[in-house]
Amino acid sequence: MLSSIVFLPALGALAILLLPRGRDQLVRHTALAFTFAAFVLSLVLFALFDRGVSGPQFIEKYHWIPQLSVRYFLGVDGLSLPMVILTAMLGFLSVIVSWGIRQRVREYFIWLLLLETGVLGVFTALDLILFFLFWEVELIPMFMLISVWGYAPPLGRREYSAMKFLIFTILGSSFMLVGILTVYFSTGTFDMIELARTGIPHGVLPLAMIFFFFLLGFVIKLPVFPLHTWLPDAHTDAPTAVSVMLAGVLLKMGGYGILRINLSIFPGQAQQYSGFLATVAVISILYGAVVTVRQRDLKRLIAYSSVSHMGFVLLGVAALKEVSLTGAALQMFTHGTITGLLFVLTGLMYDKAHNRQIPELGGLAHYMPVIASGFAVAGLAALGLPSMSGFVAELLVFLGAFPIWRATTIAAVFGIVLGAGYILWMLERAFFGPPNVRYAHAGDAGLWEAVPMVVLIAVIMGVGLYPAVITDVINSAIGPLAGRLG
Amino acid sequence: MPSELAWAIWLLPLAAFVVIVFITKPYPRISGYISIAAVLASLVISLWFVAKVYNSSDHHVPVPSYHWLTVGNFSLDIGLTVDSLAAVMLVVVTTVSLLVQVYSQGYMHGDHGYSRFFAYLSLFTASMLGLVLANNLILVYFFWELVGLCSYLLIGFWFDRPVAAAAAKKAFIVTRFGDLGFLIAILALFMSAGSLDISFLNDWVKAGAAGSLLLTWVALGVFAGAVGKSAQFPLHVWLPDAMEGPTPVSALIHAATMVAAGVYLVSRMFFLVDATETGREMVAYIGGFTAIFAASMGLVMFDIKRVLAYSTVSQLGYMMLAVGLGSPVIAMFHLLNHAFFKALMFLGSGSVNHATGTFDMRLMGGLRKAMPITYGTFLVAALAISGIPPFSGFWSKDEILAHAWEENRALFALGLVAAFMTAFYVFRLMFMTFGGSYRGGEQGGHGEHSSHPHESPWVMVLPLAILAVPSVISGFANLPGLNWFGRFMGEDHFASFNWSTATASLIASLAGIFLAYLMYQVKVVPATALPRLLPNIYKAMYNKYGFDTLYENVFVSRVLYRGIFALLGWFDSTIVDGTVNGVAYLPVGVSSVARRIQSGQVQAYGMAIFMGILVILAAFLLRG
Repeated sequence: MLSSIVFLPALGALAILLLPRGRDQLVRHTALAFTFAAFVLSLVLFALFDRGVSGPQFIEKYHWIPQLSVRYFLGVDGLSLPMVILTAMLGFLSVIVSWGIRQRVREYFIWLLLLETGVLGVFTALDLILFFLFWEVELIPMFMLISVWGYAPPLGRREYSAMKFLIFTILGSSFMLVGILTVYFSTGTFDMIELARTGIPHGVLPLAMIFFFFLLGFVIKLPVFPLHTWLPDAHTDAPTAVSVMLAGVLLKMGGYGILRINLSIFPGQAQQYSGFLATVAVISILYGAVVTVRQRDLKRLIAYSSVSHMGFVLLGVAALKEVSLTGAALQMFTHGTITGLLFVLTGLMYDKAHNRQIPELGGLAHYMPVIASGFAVAGLAALGLPSMSGFVAELLVFLGAFPIWRATTIAAVFGIVLGAGYILWMLERAFFGPPNVRYAHAGDAGLWEAVPMVVLIAVIMGVGLYPAVITDVINSAIGPLAGRLG
Repeated sequence: MPSELAWAIWLLPLAAFVVIVFITKPYPRISGYISIAAVLASLVISLWFVAKVYNSSDHHVPVPSYHWLTVGNFSLDIGLTVDSLAAVMLVVVTTVSLLVQVYSQGYMHGDHGYSRFFAYLSLFTASMLGLVLANNLILVYFFWELVGLCSYLLIGFWFDRPVAAAAAKKAFIVTRFGDLGFLIAILALFMSAGSLDISFLNDWVKAGAAGSLLLTWVALGVFAGAVGKSAQFPLHVWLPDAMEGPTPVSALIHAATMVAAGVYLVSRMFFLVDATETGREMVAYIGGFTAIFAASMGLVMFDIKRVLAYSTVSQLGYMMLAVGLGSPVIAMFHLLNHAFFKALMFLGSGSVNHATGTFDMRLMGGLRKAMPITYGTFLVAALAISGIPPFSGFWSKDEILAHAWEENRALFALGLVAAFMTAFYVFRLMFMTFGGSYRGGEQGGHGEHSSHPHESPWVMVLPLAILAVPSVISGFANLPGLNWFGRFMGEDHFASFNWSTATASLIASLAGIFLAYLMYQVKVVPATALPRLLPNIYKAMYNKYGFDTLYENVFVSRVLYRGIFALLGWFDSTIVDGTVNGVAYLPVGVSSVARRIQSGQVQAYGMAIFMGILVILAAFLLRG
């Protein structure tokens, strides 16, 4: 079951590879069919998931390299299931978003599907080596997608941005690899569940050092200040669907890794350095928000807002309490949907208006009411309006973090005013005001184009109005984890 | 009927919103009818609950609640409270909303966003009723933000006008500053009390389980939220700008209901305010100061809606003053009276605008004959707000002043001066708008017949006439000696009518009216007397004491956007990213690797990884 979800996109890529050249429409439909199947299966997984069980479910465990006790070990628990659903959903939607790609259609979809498999693998792997392999597998498609299909000068610097993304991530993952190996040499196992249960009795290196090796790999991905500058470049220069995947799910690999490895395997170190994490979190929240306010490029603005929003994930993590950790996990899911939606809409808007510079837009609500309404809803969700999922996540983070990090949390709360500031100012400048005749013939979203928007808004509102549908799942894994963290 | 019906009070308008958005949007008239039918039903159910509350011994009707979310030690049941406090608000909100919506059928006639307008009004009504009924602070905050959203959407309803879009944004962000305090107070209360159920918190505070320092800060936080919503000093700046929204919105949201939510919140959480001396004093002084501060700006405005906006801020200050003096019951009494007469005045100003095409009183005049019903009803409201007996404002304002006289003479003085100013600016408005002769209106403006103003259509005039009734009689609800309203609210002790403070306030009001008469009707005293005699004070008032400049031009624009934010923006692109690029490109080795990979040889990267794994494998095997 899990393997089929993880490898369906890759299978789709293989199928596309075997298709005769020049059948672009068939390529698109194939990609759509395979990602849709993976999405549906992920929902089946959600339906079958037993919320009363704390450990991983749907386990698939086979010996792979027995000499090294490396195993093919997949499973999902409350932490990974929302991420799997998110990835499968955005993977499916990004195929729809990519419908208008005209350049090297075959290759584009092959990479896009491989990317999805890589990310799904990260969220389901329970063996450290397998985890690392998926982590690295995701890099190559991403590099290709940005550097080939991204925005070339004068609109962007796709090679530079792709390279920057690659170097940053490799920097992180090389530390992570060292971490994985020291863990292995200390305990003789790569089994993440086993490691979380027993901990590391004595390491070949100081445990704090291993903790930071992993942490570095993850916070680069998250990202946090001052390791964030790859993110605005990569997001801005990537094609729309890739921005959606990048912001929607790739950043979450960082947060997921921290929860799955740093907190689960190193609870002692997590407690010891939680103050450091909280400080980094609040700096990212406020600094990210402030720099967001200054942005003029719509895509860059959304990209920077992610730095701020992912700071809430880290703040929730730093408090190490059940409520805040659940908030952090929910924030990852909800940010994936909200920012995914914002990038989808930005892409649509750009396709019509051929401009992303906010000061040059204005009055777009007249000519593209559907896109403008979608932007308003997504923006309100991003600024944490109640009835949308972002509110619940931020509230849980705040409620959980306040008793532990009081001053830090109060400072972080100011982030929501800044959030309201940059979102509403952006809406005012880009969409409100008198109609600008320059965009009179830009047109609005078509029916098919509006599908991703409708799906994402439904998920955002659904979780916002009845969060228990997903917090119950998250809680089944977070509860025991929080218990271990004392 | 079961008490679960309380849910229908706010769910019906919500359903209307959903129906309009998804089904009837293309059919404006039907959208309007659906919205009106829903709020009418809510009004009927609300009245039924008022009767139920009245008949119950503890002024409270229990409503079953539902489980919403459990995470760790945080558990949230969403439930409703129908007690006398909520019942009063229910009646105010549903009545005013109903009349405003009926009126809007005329005022918004032909607007291409007609359906959208009614959808927003329904959403607002639902959220406001939810806020009133919520039994839990999280739920209060939930609806608190939603009414803020509706306010944003409705101020910016004509979003193609840049001033409207800017005013909407300003309203949302300024109130959010207050909401920060509210949110932090919620976090602190949850941390110390472990629950956010309001009746639980009430018992918790009264049991004396909390430290007074905590209570002071928490009260301050909750009050900060109320200051934002009710546009009290120093967060008052958004409300006058909010007048850019359609006038029915000003009447409903920015006069009668949403802005009163701050007063409602401190009344609902009065046990917190009351727990410490500091809390009470803070509310009383901010309220008292705002009453006079806002009224002074109302003295010099020429835009009829701005005068009314400052008047609203000032009257809300009066209510806050009452709460701070220890009597939320009196505050609610004034809130009730104010809701009716202020909604009437706003709708009246809309009717005037409909006829003249302008909100500038300098272009009006002489409308008494052309618009007799608008004039007559406006006069009733003007007398009510000025505190002339037997109109409604007299009774509640007098109770506040009498109470202030007993508690704090300085606050009494503030209240008395505010009463004088109120009477003056309202009758200045009356004489400029309805007295004298017509000065032409706006040429080519919004109005249809601005050169020959005439009375508005019946759908607009009827709500005015209906609202005039409570403006006359709602004050009788708490007639001294009878005190029906007070008893309904569960208060047992009543001060006797204070003849001397009543006389003082009546004299202050009559003096204000007389001065306005001299200046603007018979013009014995020139209207330019103030600017000529006290030019600096006049200028300060006219420029709103410079708060807009201070907040927008100095703080937001200079200090933040072009100061700190610009510095951090530069820091990010030059220092942080510059370091990254420097590290990447300066060392020859790194850059050559980068260049090689950049030329497309990702295989090299894969090879490096592969080699790395081999090395590790070798290391492991050698180690045994």
